[in-house]
Amino acid sequence: MATVELTFSALPAHVRTARLVATAIARRTGVSEALLDEVRLAVGEACSRAVEAHRVHCPGEPIVLELRDDSGRFEVTVTDAAPSDDLQQPVIPTDGALVPEMPGLGIAVIVGLADDVEVSSGAKGMRIRMSWPASPNGVAAV
Amino acid sequence: MDLKLDHHSEDNLTIVDVEGEIDVYTAPRLRELLIDLVNKGNFRLLVNMEKVDFLDSTGLGVLVGGLKRVRAHDGSLELVCTQERILKIFRITGLTKVFGIYASVDEAKEAHGRDK
Repeated sequence: MATVELTFSALPAHVRTARLVATAIARRTGVSEALLDEVRLAVGEACSRAVEAHRVHCPGEPIVLELRDDSGRFEVTVTDAAPSDDLQQPVIPTDGALVPEMPGLGIAVIVGLADDVEVSSGAKGMRIRMSWPASPNGVAAV
Repeated sequence: MDLKLDHHSEDNLTIVDVEGEIDVYTAPRLRELLIDLVNKGNFRLLVNMEKVDFLDSTGLGVLVGGLKRVRAHDGSLELVCTQERILKIFRITGLTKVFGIYASVDEAKEAHGRDK
């Protein structure tokens, strides 16, 4: 199992960097091109949520992004240190009514994107683990 | 890519051209522009997203916020978007039922012409 770990300060500008790193590792791991946009968006959502939570609760603490090549799966884990209270799913409109600007929207998007998602939260923070299929041998380095 | 914003008026519509990535870093700039346009009396907004490379839920929140503001003045905020990867996030969140989404600026203008 190969792991890349990225630790970053809770600044919005760093979320783009996290997305780019995750997408690059996903491609190298052998995630299909058709799924790379989903990886990019899901990782961005998880990191954005963590950054916003840290800015409220613990702006000095870092956020940890782990990227793993794990026997045919590309696994991403985003771990923050902020107490979480936004696990509630947003109401999806069916009649044209407005969606309230709810913080749980990001989690809902992640669940909609990744076929394997695990969210655990507690007083010490939230951990979002998600994974996508990858080719067993990854992509050969260029 | 960073976010580029521009706007102009056509046929009673204010068209907002957005280019680049709308995320937690750049979305505040779009929010400020939409608020500024509404404060200046522009209540019929068309956001052209054809050159948007990336949109996340922060960006969605900004668009929903803009829609709330124009609706408070009996206005509208609609979108031009044909990119599947952008449309997907609208579908996941159910927002395709909330926003009018057109394939081109001309199609949106034509629809508004019928509504007059």
